[in-house]
Amino acid sequence: MKRTLYELIGENKRRTFLFLVIFSILLIGIGYLFVYALEWGTIGLIFIGLFVILYNIIVYYNSDKIALVSVGAIPAKEEDFKVLHNVVEEVSVAAGIPKPKVFVMNETQPNAFATGRNPQNASICVTTGLLQMMNREELQGVIAHEMSHIRNYDILLMTVIGIVVGLIILLRDIFLRSMWLGGGRRGRDRDNANGILMIIGLILAIVSPILVALIRAAISRQREYLADADGAYIVRDPYGLASALEKIGSYKKPMQVASDATAHLFISSPFAGEKYFATHPPIEDRIKRLKSLTF
Amino acid sequence: MLTWIILLIVAVIVFWFIGTYNMFITLKNRVKNAWAQIDVQLKRRYDLIPNLVETVKGYAKHEREVFENVTELRTRAMSASGPKEVGEANNMLTGALKTLFAVAENYPELKANENFLKLQEELTNTENKIAFSRQFYNDIVMRYNMSQEKIPAAIVARIMGLTPSEYYPVPEEERGTVKVSF
Repeated sequence: MKRTLYELIGENKRRTFLFLVIFSILLIGIGYLFVYALEWGTIGLIFIGLFVILYNIIVYYNSDKIALVSVGAIPAKEEDFKVLHNVVEEVSVAAGIPKPKVFVMNETQPNAFATGRNPQNASICVTTGLLQMMNREELQGVIAHEMSHIRNYDILLMTVIGIVVGLIILLRDIFLRSMWLGGGRRGRDRDNANGILMIIGLILAIVSPILVALIRAAISRQREYLADADGAYIVRDPYGLASALEKIGSYKKPMQVASDATAHLFISSPFAGEKYFATHPPIEDRIKRLKSLTF
Repeated sequence: MLTWIILLIVAVIVFWFIGTYNMFITLKNRVKNAWAQIDVQLKRRYDLIPNLVETVKGYAKHEREVFENVTELRTRAMSASGPKEVGEANNMLTGALKTLFAVAENYPELKANENFLKLQEELTNTENKIAFSRQFYNDIVMRYNMSQEKIPAAIVARIMGLTPSEYYPVPEEERGTVKVSF
């Protein structure tokens, strides 16, 4: 079934909202246990409530910045990255959206991602390896793929999920660590509190892999195929992207900052090997599909 | 009763007329806007060309014909009017520029010249933007022209005295793809 751009955008916005609601409920549950364990009472609950609201606002407005900082991306200066800026500008003319902000990350693996909450507040980030390896047509193909993610609001869902999962992993580590460190303390109240903290840690330890699996489901492989085809359509040329993917596929070293929270943002998996196969469809298959396209 | 029915019908027609009228105004402005976007790029290109010719001349003195051709086509493109004429002139200019860049391939020193490389990148940039905005422009012109032909909107178009807009011609060798590289 063919879906229109508007249906895709609507679906991405709904999914983002749903995801934030589910996560807020989870956060409130954990907060409740926490308040209960430390006996903070009503004030503690109000605090947790405010925290959850604030957290959602931060995630919605700033997750793009967090994602960019977490991979070590820096703004690309116009005078140093003239060709990159030009290509981004051209493709945004073709896609009919404003020119996104342009970032680069110092990394030899050729890769790229887009982030932001809507086309008016979007960023594209490429690795220095990508710039070195690709010619103008290939770069154009990669940027067009990212532009398609921006245009249909994939970036909102993918970035928000990434940041939320990042927090879950962080919380899990904090709670599990407090479980070990708490061992030296004495007193019945403390034991009680530690017991509940431990339970939270265990819940998170169980929940986090499930959440990671959920991301894989939400960001189905279909999304990447779609961005490939749509990107090729934007610039009316499937060969640039196909040839770029060939080069990306032949590079086997993993990225230095690869993590579960941001892996799904990239055009191809930042990990080496087949372990994280599931976030991205096999490159050979993507190339084959691209080459079968005609406009 | 009958007066009410007649009034109702008249009201529906009036509202339909206003709606259609406004749709045409919107489309007309979009066509104008899309054309303005192409125009900006064309102007930028006209500005870049003399610079390019000067730079290349310094290295490849014997290719006078190529320079003259480019300069002449630029003048012709600048004096053309209407999307069709401007488009055709510019497509010819694109061809001439391709020849110029092909000639430049024979001069290694020129290809190493920083200024030349900068101009080449700038021209590729404008060229691609022209191609992409052309795509956008032609899509809108198609919608505008088609709505003028369809009944019953055609009646409103006739009353407004609208005429179909010209398409920006797509060069023969580029039908299907819009990729340009020098």
